[in-house]
Amino acid sequence: MAMTLSEKILARAAGRAEVSPGEIVEVPVDVAMIHEGTGPLALKSFRSLGLEKVWDPSKVVVILDHYAPSPSEAAAENQKMLRDFAKEQGIAAFYDIDQGICHQVLPEKGHALPGQILVGTDSHTCTAGALGVFATGIGSTEMAGVFATGRIWFKVPESLKLVYRGSIPPYITPMDIILATMKRLTSEGGNYKALEFAGPVVEAMTVGQRMTLCNMAIEMGGKVGMVAPDAVTLAYLRDRAKEPFQALAPDADATYEETIEFDISRLVPQVACPHSVDNVRDIGEVEGTTIHQAFLGTCTNGRLEDLRLGAAVVKGKKIPPSVRMIVIPASREVFLGALKEGLVQTFVEAGAIVANPNCGPCCGNHQGILAPGEVCLSTANRNFSGRMGRGAQLYLASPQVVAASAVAGRIVHPARLWQAG
Amino acid sequence: MPITGRAWVFGDKVDTDVILPGKYLVLSDEGELGKHALEGFDPGFVTKVQPGDIIVGGRYFGCGSSREQAPVALKGVGIAAVVAETFARIFYRNALNIGLPALECRARHLFQDGDPVSLNLETGEIRNLRTGQMAQAKPIPPFMMDIIAAGGLMNKIRVSLPKG
Repeated sequence: MAMTLSEKILARAAGRAEVSPGEIVEVPVDVAMIHEGTGPLALKSFRSLGLEKVWDPSKVVVILDHYAPSPSEAAAENQKMLRDFAKEQGIAAFYDIDQGICHQVLPEKGHALPGQILVGTDSHTCTAGALGVFATGIGSTEMAGVFATGRIWFKVPESLKLVYRGSIPPYITPMDIILATMKRLTSEGGNYKALEFAGPVVEAMTVGQRMTLCNMAIEMGGKVGMVAPDAVTLAYLRDRAKEPFQALAPDADATYEETIEFDISRLVPQVACPHSVDNVRDIGEVEGTTIHQAFLGTCTNGRLEDLRLGAAVVKGKKIPPSVRMIVIPASREVFLGALKEGLVQTFVEAGAIVANPNCGPCCGNHQGILAPGEVCLSTANRNFSGRMGRGAQLYLASPQVVAASAVAGRIVHPARLWQAG
Repeated sequence: MPITGRAWVFGDKVDTDVILPGKYLVLSDEGELGKHALEGFDPGFVTKVQPGDIIVGGRYFGCGSSREQAPVALKGVGIAAVVAETFARIFYRNALNIGLPALECRARHLFQDGDPVSLNLETGEIRNLRTGQMAQAKPIPPFMMDIIAAGGLMNKIRVSLPKG
């Protein structure tokens, strides 16, 4: 039977010739990731089992990224708990607060390989799907079960195939493409499903750009968001993968619940408006909205590709005193790349704040929480009410739109900024 | 055994940031988390809710983050069960894993805040004891029912672990 990418990976993991949507399969886990936001609760559940050791420390990754460096005693205690746990368990893949966001660090350090089953106690774990990994977010207690048994059950999801064609218009980034997808599918349109991103537009993307698409799969409810591995994937992994892997591809005649085609040739920049990620408008509908903060970063759009786009916009310009622009590279590797390319200098000269790699204000922890009534335009993945401060208004857009709007002091189409000189 | 409690009626897409704002992710204790349950919806919610109350929500309840602290906070404040037309998948798994019953049912239109609810996990029957109206929940898959019957995932795993 022909299978989709996620069916193929689940079938192989389960040791079966084939699986069908709706079936429950139990599979061994290849990579299990926790961070200090949800990891402590996983350890609490794990310890309630009375077990001393995780099933296989070589398959566990521990990353401190949500509050880096720690802004409070409580956060410091949680980080210490995970440091101690990694040491006690002999977990080699431990990344302290200097390394960056888990969803960026996992692929960079070769912990996410095509064909694998990867689970993490974070909903955006689906980001690693960009490398053809079956990667999904799970809860803390579920992770305790993985730590104990090395296994997890899944209902084999129905697959949706999202195919992107056309030539990419100016000022259009993967963020615009995925926000346009969100508008069409809605925030629950992919609930429980596997989303496969395909087509010439996706094939032409870097792994970093594909990660922006896959990162947002959960915002449509998706269990996974994946791109079939190709030459781009293999090139990315050449110096990163530390173990062999088998790059599984979907069968050409696989059955999808639905195949949705997008022609992006006429797409204009997209903006998600408060307080729902699928409240997406063409930029023209929200242009002129005053902003107080512009945030460029996160596991959605904090990669080198994104910083380049933002820096090109603000280069030689001044961010007005009415706007705080915060730039946070997604990882140390990204930060170093941005330093080498002079992007950090460009941002700072324009008046932006560049912070150390971590999640920053995205989940409401630190480094840019807003006051009630303030407006933030951000490259992040969620604009839920209260997420970055009670009573604040969150808009989501591409790095280019965020940078251009930072300079303008209001939401603006990047093209208009150039015209204004 | 039916569970009975007072209804709290919610709309669609009650997300995890509303159920438990991110700033409380540093907490792990059920009682402490319970003090902030649904703070993003109404900071006074925890003063109004009573142990045994039941949430009756709309579509896509619990969407967003994988934070287990969200269902733990609801359990911590005494919520006995969540009924919703549909759930976001991670929230649904988390709720059942920690022993918070979650039933899929379109029942919101039958309830107002404070109505007495009776629900039966085995049969999926949900009843408004004030009006007598009834709705039928989708059965919980047998696989998940085992977890509930064990009192959560940890209990289910504990009994399956080799002794010694």
